[in-house]
Amino acid sequence: MKALLDVGSIGAAGLRGLLDRARDHADALRAGERVVPSLDGRVVGLLFFEPSTRTRVSFDLAAKRLGATVLVLDPDRSSINKGESLRDTVLTVSSIGAEILVVRHSEARSPALVHTWTGRPVINAGDGTNQHPTQALADCLTLEERFGSIQGLCVAIVGDIVHSRVAGSLVDALRTLGAEVILVGPDAMLPENDLPRSGDLDEVLAEVDVVYLLRIQRERGVEASDDYQSRFQLDFDRSARMKPEAVVMHPGPINRGVEISVEVADGPRSLILDQVACGVPVRMAALEAVGGIDW
Amino acid sequence: MIGLVNGVVWGPGGPVRSDVWVEGDTVVAVGAAPGPVEEVRDVTGMLVGPGFVDLHAHLRDPGQTWKEDLVSGTRAAAAGGFTAVVAMPNTTPATDTVDLVEDMRRRAGLEAVVLVVPAAALTVRREGKEPVDLEALHGAGVRVFTDDGDWVSDDAVIEELMMAAARLPGAVIAQHAEEPVLSAGGHMHEGELSRRLGVAGIPPAAEHEAVARDLLIAAATGATYHVQHVSSASTLDLVAEARERGVRVTVEVTPHHLDFDTGDLESLDPNLKMYPPLREPGDRIALREALVAGLIDAVATDHAPHLAGEKEVGFADSARGVIGLETAASVVWGVGQDPDLLFGSLSARPARIAGVGRHGHPVEPGSPANLVVFDPDRRWTPQQFHSRSANSPYLGRELTGRVALTLYEGSIVHEETP
Repeated sequence: MKALLDVGSIGAAGLRGLLDRARDHADALRAGERVVPSLDGRVVGLLFFEPSTRTRVSFDLAAKRLGATVLVLDPDRSSINKGESLRDTVLTVSSIGAEILVVRHSEARSPALVHTWTGRPVINAGDGTNQHPTQALADCLTLEERFGSIQGLCVAIVGDIVHSRVAGSLVDALRTLGAEVILVGPDAMLPENDLPRSGDLDEVLAEVDVVYLLRIQRERGVEASDDYQSRFQLDFDRSARMKPEAVVMHPGPINRGVEISVEVADGPRSLILDQVACGVPVRMAALEAVGGIDW
Repeated sequence: MIGLVNGVVWGPGGPVRSDVWVEGDTVVAVGAAPGPVEEVRDVTGMLVGPGFVDLHAHLRDPGQTWKEDLVSGTRAAAAGGFTAVVAMPNTTPATDTVDLVEDMRRRAGLEAVVLVVPAAALTVRREGKEPVDLEALHGAGVRVFTDDGDWVSDDAVIEELMMAAARLPGAVIAQHAEEPVLSAGGHMHEGELSRRLGVAGIPPAAEHEAVARDLLIAAATGATYHVQHVSSASTLDLVAEARERGVRVTVEVTPHHLDFDTGDLESLDPNLKMYPPLREPGDRIALREALVAGLIDAVATDHAPHLAGEKEVGFADSARGVIGLETAASVVWGVGQDPDLLFGSLSARPARIAGVGRHGHPVEPGSPANLVVFDPDRRWTPQQFHSRSANSPYLGRELTGRVALTLYEGSIVHEETP
């Protein structure tokens, strides 16, 4: 794997391989193995052209646990603010010695461009409203750890799906792994595709194994309607109507009191922190995969 | 005397198998050689017709000669079979005075390998505010007037220009029809893909509204109006309806709008970024059908050279436009494998619209020796260009049909070496 740009292009086998390796890393971490030095001495460049906390920190730790040196490009202090083009910036970072590039950018397909320009292995850490493959992988690992298998699970993705790069990758990954997906939200927040959809969360609540909530992306110009909370917020009452084993997920950052109520976010169904924890082993596997490490 | 023998000659009665003989700047015979022969080209199986005329090229000279200049631009034109190229006025400075037109002609006379036909701006500095001196420019021989790249949106300004143009024989008001409020900030067709990828879109309504307004004023003033690079099916309906009412309107389409649509844009290839944007598959099919049916008069390249560093900066920041002179004929051939469509849409009709008298005539004794030889069976894959820039969506894509030879005023200005 030369690059991890989206979920669709790595195929079922690629997805399976990454998840199996990630699970090995998760098991090793739990067993107290803190470093697996498969990328010992290699340089991983974290190029985050858009603000990020959890993804950047997660990649940072993942790279360090593989023994790599991490080079962080801070958009606030770098030449990006001096008008340097994306191409010049990434060629510079590549020439400095970053061998594996992790790229987040507000524009769709930018990581693919970085891969073309530099010829370096690239991981897409979120490109505009397009894809965020390592988040989807972390979510899949979370689900496999909870349910054993994703095959046959029914997942409702709820909220601002059209502007969500997480949803873009997650839908592809879940369907590849055999889950049923239903999209739930107001019409304006649903993408134009032929997946099952509903404008009524209460109608699907009792049928699904997973309620996957998304925040409203205000930075992309979306506003919630006045009745959004009453129609789509997962609150205590709605949570109580879910199947006994059903779980609640959210890729963060969560807006408590908007798409999810405070008690549900911290409640027994919530896998939100498990998702965060799974991010590290998944990103370790992804860095190894593009770094050419044989498992 | 030069002979082009054994070709299929596009003459006044349609294509016929024959030989064409050129002496000086004129076709002296079609058939038997009328005298001693100096040079012969065997063009068996190839089409011989009038050189192509591009209504819409950005030669970037003066002002942005790192992208293209009169030499490289006209070499590219010759390689694509063009013997005349209408040069868009969005140069620096903009071509908005007789002096600037004459300067371009003078330099082209020294450097260019085919005819450069300067178009003039509609407004001073292309700012959309103050009309140029249309009469003086017309007196200096300018026929095509446009602020291409920008639509003249002020109703009063365009009305004044169209009223003046209506009194000037052959004058054409050509507009880049994109209403600036609706298209502001957009980078691609507004639709499913733009929403999915979060790229700001340009709705077809931006073109529709601009053409509708221009047609109203063209109808009222009697001016001849030309729609540049039409992109959407709904615009074609407007034009058809106006034409039925007797409005004098002509339409061009680019090769890339005939070949590509939003279905090709998944990868956000910067060589598919242009204004107006590629639209949906249904629009592309409608454009091809309208070209074949004759509703669209001409194929014009919108040849827009940019260096790699100006294109490969991410889709939103990428310079707009693609080059097209060297691949246009292959694209048009691909639409119908029809000599009448090829020479009609790329030569005869654009020559008439631009008023270039020595171009676009069916080949017969006495016609000017501005000729192209087109090999309809030749398969080729563009890898490099005569243009100074290489921002072509056809890079690396196989095409069928290629220009083999171009004669400008009787001289060979391009010959393909197989």
